[in-house]
Amino acid sequence: MKMRQPLGADLIVLQAAALGQLMPMHLHVDAQGIIQAVGPTLAKLLPDARGIGLRFEDLFALRRPSTAATVAALAERQGRQVHLVFRHEADLTLRGVAVPLAGMGFLLNLSYGIWVTEAVRRHRLTVADFAATDLTVEMLYLVEAKSAVMDELRNLNLRLHGAKEVAEEQALTDTLTGLRNRRALDARLEELLDAGHPFGLMHLDLDFFKQVNDNLGHAAGDYVLCEVARILLEETRPYDMVARVGGDEFVLLFPGPSDVQRLGQIARRIIDHLSKPMNFEGNVCKISASIGMTVSGFYDRPLAEQMLADADDALYASKRGGRSQAQLFAPAGAKLG
Amino acid sequence: MHGLVNRSLQCFLRDTYGGATWAAVAQEARLGFDSFESMLTYDAALTEAVIVAASKVLNRARDSVLEDLGTYLVSHPNVAALRRLLRFGGVSYEDFLMSLEDLPERGRLALPDLDLPMLELSQNGASAYSLRVTTPIVGAGHVMVGLLRAMADDYGALVLLDHAGTETHAPQDASEVVSIHLLDQSFAEGRRFALSEVNGG
Repeated sequence: MKMRQPLGADLIVLQAAALGQLMPMHLHVDAQGIIQAVGPTLAKLLPDARGIGLRFEDLFALRRPSTAATVAALAERQGRQVHLVFRHEADLTLRGVAVPLAGMGFLLNLSYGIWVTEAVRRHRLTVADFAATDLTVEMLYLVEAKSAVMDELRNLNLRLHGAKEVAEEQALTDTLTGLRNRRALDARLEELLDAGHPFGLMHLDLDFFKQVNDNLGHAAGDYVLCEVARILLEETRPYDMVARVGGDEFVLLFPGPSDVQRLGQIARRIIDHLSKPMNFEGNVCKISASIGMTVSGFYDRPLAEQMLADADDALYASKRGGRSQAQLFAPAGAKLG
Repeated sequence: MHGLVNRSLQCFLRDTYGGATWAAVAQEARLGFDSFESMLTYDAALTEAVIVAASKVLNRARDSVLEDLGTYLVSHPNVAALRRLLRFGGVSYEDFLMSLEDLPERGRLALPDLDLPMLELSQNGASAYSLRVTTPIVGAGHVMVGLLRAMADDYGALVLLDHAGTETHAPQDASEVVSIHLLDQSFAEGRRFALSEVNGG
């Protein structure tokens, strides 16, 4: 590489202070490896703010690869990026370039690169510590703005997530009674059938509900429906499902092995409980319920539509059979309640 | 219009006059919702609706409300982050004034969709400047008056500020002018500002 050029050509004479203004973190290391000059910002960062006259390799270590900071090592890296650290602050890597000074060692210009945010914080650096051309201030601004935006986005995400959950819940709930709605029922049926879990199904229709509405008004009707909901939830386990699918129509799901006797007992208990007179603003409301039941165990390949239709048939049989009773779907159509 | 602008209006009204006042403004503006999201985008007409509604509900002139908004954006603790980002513009108040032209670009660095007003500073004399504010929102010049006045306090500078009217270059193309007289840059101590947030300021 051609190093020698005639003196006088391409020569710039600069006061130390001017060099310090252009490159506040520069360093002049002579051919013997002794520090001859230090830029004003770098001076602040040296241990005890001392550097001039000290050996470069006592204060610094080279990185990537890690070697001693000798003049020879600098010579070997000239023209390329140099990475180094202060020996006393080795967690912040400095990045720089070393250019040869004709026979007088090297001039290095250093910067903190990606570590600048931490360096500014730790050493309380200000705008005045950086060259006017330096992008450090923009970098710090960007880091701060990015943080603020990320915080806002995080909050927005949480709010949206919460709103989504609320919306999904609302989509599955019957507004008057708080029970599950048709959509929730269909989804749960799908789930149970896909997983092959056995379950029992009841289709429940209120008896004499129309009379309550007609005689005492819709407020009474709504009250009765809410009472019915409360009772149904009381008579079922937490992992059963109680869904309101029509004005006074309900479907109940009982996950678990198909025990038709047990199902029949539950149906009886429900009917008895619902048949107890209710009181709305001093008026007595008397209703009952008809129930049609089926279990998945009855079918080789149970299907939602089929089971609902069969439970419906059994319900109809209960109505025809005098109401206030439960019937199980079966080929024989045996009456249980 | 970026939600940040609308959200700032909302927070200004809520923090200065209370939640009930904001609710009244939201109602008067027929928003159909009770809160803006700063990270979403909204129809520009909503911003105008809110400004008009605020003026009506507060029973104060539009210009005066907007000037107070400008002051709020710098001095209220709830918007401390914005004040810090503005302080990055310069070490002295004069440096800060010189940096105002970069403000829209700085805004976009943080939020690419953010459309801040175009700002042009010209010097009229030794310490006299004019700031041209160009944006579709009528009265943005008044927001700048409030903001520049609050920043002067922040820097500890003594400044005379005035809204100097609107220049119409063409239909749909108008700029509001703010006149600035910098009387003393180091009049008072000002508020602390450190590049690193952790150190405070």
